Amino acid sequence: MKTLKFLIEKEFKQMFRNPLIPRLIVMFPTMVLLVFPWAVSFEVKNIKIDVVDHGKSIYSKRLTDKVAASKYFILNDTPLDYQTAMLNMENGKTDMILEIPASFDKDIVKSQTSTVGVAVNSVNGTQGLLGSNYIMQIVNDFSSEIRGELINTLPPQSRATIMNMPRVDIVPQYKYNPELDYKNFMIPGFMVLLLTILCGILPAQNIVMEKENGTIQQINVTPISKINFILAKLIPYWAVGLVVMIISVTLAYVIYGLWPAGNVIAVLFSAIVFILSVSGLGIIISNYSETMQQASFLVMFFILILVLLGGMFTPVSGMPAWAQTIAAVNPFNYLTKTFRMLYLNGSTLADVSNNLFALGIIAVVLNGWAVFSYKKRG
Amino acid sequence: MTNKVIEVSNLTKKFGSFTAVNHITFDVKEGEIFGFLGANGAGKTTAMQMLCGISMPTSGEGTVAGYDIIKENELIKRNIGYMSQKFSLYEDLKVWENIRLFGGIYGLSNKVIAEKTDALLKQLNFAEERNTLVKYLPLGWKQKLAFSVAIFHEPKIVFLDEPTGGVDPAMRRRFWEMIYDASERGITVFVTTHYMDESEYCNRVSIMVDGRIEALDTPAALRHQFNADTMDEVFRQLARKAERD
Repeated sequence: MKTLKFLIEKEFKQMFRNPLIPRLIVMFPTMVLLVFPWAVSFEVKNIKIDVVDHGKSIYSKRLTDKVAASKYFILNDTPLDYQTAMLNMENGKTDMILEIPASFDKDIVKSQTSTVGVAVNSVNGTQGLLGSNYIMQIVNDFSSEIRGELINTLPPQSRATIMNMPRVDIVPQYKYNPELDYKNFMIPGFMVLLLTILCGILPAQNIVMEKENGTIQQINVTPISKINFILAKLIPYWAVGLVVMIISVTLAYVIYGLWPAGNVIAVLFSAIVFILSVSGLGIIISNYSETMQQASFLVMFFILILVLLGGMFTPVSGMPAWAQTIAAVNPFNYLTKTFRMLYLNGSTLADVSNNLFALGIIAVVLNGWAVFSYKKRG
Repeated sequence: MTNKVIEVSNLTKKFGSFTAVNHITFDVKEGEIFGFLGANGAGKTTAMQMLCGISMPTSGEGTVAGYDIIKENELIKRNIGYMSQKFSLYEDLKVWENIRLFGGIYGLSNKVIAEKTDALLKQLNFAEERNTLVKYLPLGWKQKLAFSVAIFHEPKIVFLDEPTGGVDPAMRRRFWEMIYDASERGITVFVTTHYMDESEYCNRVSIMVDGRIEALDTPAALRHQFNADTMDEVFRQLARKAERD
């Protein structure tokens, strides 16, 4: 234990003497939290739309105006025929076509029903899906609007009949994130991303740097125990991660007004367990690499897997079975879940204990491996 | 009869099909300055690393400081100091911080480390460089520091791998004075070199060629055996047999 003190002291001195790392620890979370939450959003806006209005009537004009007024759409053109609109789409000038039939007004007045045609460029699947959803909402809105108007023109008796017809409306209640603010959902994820990158990459570079400098040999020839050596490498990154978390939690509150609905201590505690596991992974990579280049490539590869299969951007429940299997041993997945529960759902430490338990097991396995894979004798 | 602090027999190290060290057998007596000579690539460093417990022998056996080199390599490490061919103290730590770190690793207390550091820096005329980052020291000073750190914890044996490589003659001389000092304090010195004049400073020398020990005796006896005036000539005669580059 006494040796550990000397080793940790050395690691901290080296870290603070590094021209980049102390600045990185402060700048990196600041930049990520200032910039990314605004940029990473699945909301699709500014979809370009062509409206082909064959009717040129009062109602069709109103529908066109309603589409043009929506924040989701930009009215690109109102060509005379569908072919021109299709040509626009092929040339990439427009993303969607709304075709209103010539009999639109007549149909509405006579039979209270009419149809419009929608064509969506679905090369970008999300844009295609959301675009057609948005246009459906607008058309639905429009139809209930004119329905209301038309009912008022009917004689009182038939009006009552229509009013008494059963109808089902869905009234959604948006729980835990009532403003449907995408940022609230992503910020806890970004915190996990920050921890993964800083506490994964830095240790991965560390031991391999000692190999490149030759200093590892001077260490290996001493009676230092493997566990002490690995612990001395891990503990400074705990401190780094904790600093990153304190900066992140503070910034999330100051800039976005986002404070954990649950316990903030629980947030820090789960971060600490998580840091152990990613730092362990970093050290394993360092042990198996001979050069910084190898270590850098390997760690990027693993971080990509952790993040993309970690439920930050896409829900794990929607992944194929094999990917869900990977997610079950992915520490990133557990901390993202935990942070979102603590931040948005207001869960308690007890609620997230299953996730923390899983993280703990992953941490023990990875660090056991890290100690095992550190070889003092070649 | 003096104690043998290093005793090995048939020590061999293979890397794939390449035999770096080929069945070497020798011993080193307590308090000796043992020169381990050989051309570049003859296998000196590999052999030394096996003795220090950082390279696993392919076959053979032996003891260092009374401990088995295969099974008790971590116990050996408590009793030896090592100075590698490539300077390997921490360049981003200050002079005193490097001394403190390695003192601490070998279990010395803060107080002992502080006292010994003061004495050492004074003895080396290093007091002014106490707070200098090691990377700013000239090579000769780095080597002296590395050697001092290697014997800071008073090991039984110190292994020096080409300690004077790339150092000017005056500095080399001073370095050998330090080696003699250590030897007088009872530390056995195991040193590799390819400066043949330095081999004359050793009590006994072995000469490795292509992974094997081709000659082992005192410098005087070797000169006599090979009918040569200088160790340089002895070495040339032996090195001519080398097939490796």
